[in-house]
Amino acid sequence: MRVALFLTCVNDTLYPDTGRAVVKLLTRLGVDVDFPMGQTCCGQAHYNTGYRHEAEPLARHFSDVFGEYEAIVTPSGSCGAMVRELYPRMGERARAEGRGDTLARTLAPVVPKTYELTEFLVDVLGVTDVGAYYPHTVTYHPTCHGLRSLGLGDRPRRLLQAVRGLELRELPGADECCGFGGTFAVKNPDVSAAMGADKVRNAESTGAEVLCAADNSCLMHIGGTMGRLRTEMRPVHIAEILASTEAGADAATEAGAESRANASTDAGAEEEPSA
Amino acid sequence: MSGTFVGMPAFPKAAHEAVNNATLRGNLRHATHTIRAKRAKAVGEISDWAELREAGKRIKDHTLRHLDRYLTQLEESVTAAGGVVHWAADAEEANRIVTALVKMTGESEVVKVKSMATQEIGLNEALEAAGIHAYETDLAELIVQLGKDRPSHILVPAIHRNRGEIRDIFVREMGEWGRPAPEGLTDTPAELAEAARLHLREKFLRAKVGISGANFMVAETGTLVVVESEGNGRMCLTLPETLISVVGIEKIVPSWRDLEVFLQTLPRSSTAERMNPYTSMWTGTTDGDGPQTFHLVLLDNGRTDTLADEVGRQALRCIRCSACLNVCPVYERAGGHAYGSVYPGPIGAILSPQLRGTASEIDASLPFASSLCGACYEVCPVAIDIPEVLVHLRERIAQGGRATRDGNTVVLKPAKGHAAERAAMRAARWAFSHPGALGAGQRLASRTRRFHPRTLPGPGRAWSATRELPTVPAESFREWWQRTRGGKDATK
Repeated sequence: MRVALFLTCVNDTLYPDTGRAVVKLLTRLGVDVDFPMGQTCCGQAHYNTGYRHEAEPLARHFSDVFGEYEAIVTPSGSCGAMVRELYPRMGERARAEGRGDTLARTLAPVVPKTYELTEFLVDVLGVTDVGAYYPHTVTYHPTCHGLRSLGLGDRPRRLLQAVRGLELRELPGADECCGFGGTFAVKNPDVSAAMGADKVRNAESTGAEVLCAADNSCLMHIGGTMGRLRTEMRPVHIAEILASTEAGADAATEAGAESRANASTDAGAEEEPSA
Repeated sequence: MSGTFVGMPAFPKAAHEAVNNATLRGNLRHATHTIRAKRAKAVGEISDWAELREAGKRIKDHTLRHLDRYLTQLEESVTAAGGVVHWAADAEEANRIVTALVKMTGESEVVKVKSMATQEIGLNEALEAAGIHAYETDLAELIVQLGKDRPSHILVPAIHRNRGEIRDIFVREMGEWGRPAPEGLTDTPAELAEAARLHLREKFLRAKVGISGANFMVAETGTLVVVESEGNGRMCLTLPETLISVVGIEKIVPSWRDLEVFLQTLPRSSTAERMNPYTSMWTGTTDGDGPQTFHLVLLDNGRTDTLADEVGRQALRCIRCSACLNVCPVYERAGGHAYGSVYPGPIGAILSPQLRGTASEIDASLPFASSLCGACYEVCPVAIDIPEVLVHLRERIAQGGRATRDGNTVVLKPAKGHAAERAAMRAARWAFSHPGALGAGQRLASRTRRFHPRTLPGPGRAWSATRELPTVPAESFREWWQRTRGGKDATK
């Protein structure tokens, strides 16, 4: 199977550790994963802020870059939902505006073969025990688009429960939005920050060391809030947990968490990645 | 009542105060979380909820598709049953009609059943200007009216008030409006309810004119339906000699059979009850029983314009249950007043900018008052995809485009405040269309990362005032991939 990693622009630029973790994890599971260098951004921020016409060329570009692969895997619930739920809608809108079927036909091939990482693991590879080891207490925040648009359900939880050494703690109010919401975070900063602070308080109440989610943009907001509130907890992307093994007591993972949570130090970020 | 929303600031500004009001936050959190849990339980015990939701959606869509036909049928049925039908294109016309009808009776006071349509058109204020006192009889509406306040929730307009505040309002204001609050009134719910009951009773028994809205209008028989919990509706609908109902044109259902669906989904979604305590239905007038004069004022007020929009029209399915408010994380923090409309919360954010247009500051900001988390869509009993409509309206504001106003197609210009954002979006689209440019930008960011500020000036402060900025890594993923051939060449 020709599998492409759609890392997303945010992860590519700010969270390369998550990308390395996905590569490491999929390679360990016998998947030969490719990173098409032409990839950029799915257009979600444009679309959701009201710039559908700016998002269209990006969607066409996505289709060009990924069209030939058999499966497209992304470590982001919201970018996955953009392709799966909103690309078809963009096609429909273009048709309704009298612009014909071209856009819908261009985008159609990538829609069914785009998978969020935990979906790909559970549904396509059929694994829940990925052979990971992560000796920490973890609480899981289901991010909104993964939860409601993609319907990830208990897949992430099942994957985490199978990780050796990991103790999963229930997050109170888990299905409440963290308040990121893309441009919402800066257009409505007061409400966004209040939602973020409540999410962090709930996470802290679990006593877990790590808050885990399947979207780094939400973790950037939650982790940024944790940093400002001087919380002991670390935000970690689920891919980095699933990629961890006894062998590599992951410096990379710790570094990734650092960059999400805390801007006060660069320690560790200069190390060579240990993929 | 001082209760109008004219001249509201944009949502973020209006929300700022609410977010920092600890009492309000506490009241809202407690109330919304309680009803949220109850609703989930009430909905969870029905095995065919998904089918009921789908049926409700289809009935509404079918009715809206053939609204012209059903409205005519309704007018014929109501007229045949002894009622008089009036048509109001906008709020001003509706208020004029109702004021004239009340004046015709020679009365100077009316009792009101809780009604969103009359709130929407500002009927109480219009009547007051004509020397007619309108008394709200729903408990929460009474609290709002006595407190010279504005409603902040569709179902529970005084949700922003706690028991102590309600007690103070009753003690201070009831005497001004009629029977004063009992001596030594405490803030126990039973005592507060009794105080309201005694205060309202004299209004019910004296009133000659009642004013209501309706939850549903059945086209085939001309029957109007009001569902409520307190019995005040039953009083207002049966005791007065004259009844005037102001109802939005989208409230029609074709037949009694269709009611079966909504009489299950509405109570469970709104009050989390299997069945609401009072369901009043009336068909025109009946000799010697109930009001002998019945007027129905059919209200458009932007509904036909909304119907013309193929994405936005689904907002007209709304049955005003307020489940979307109770589950909304933004509503919970910002409160209802910030929405600057009698329709707050997620449904208000898509209804107000369609009914009123997007010209005002508040209406242009409402579609952005959401993180698009989708909780509203999940609970909506008529499956209104609120996030879809929000994004659609964002597009109308940010990029302009076609809309219908007062029955005419207009081409809206992009909103003024979005020029910088538009330029940024265009620039980002360009960079993302050129992977080389993206890579160059990432390299530049990595090389200069030691000089990146910890906080941002200007608009960026909206992020960094409450959140740390992420640190830019030493190399982007694509640089690493290229350097190591995807980790295969780890020695490099």
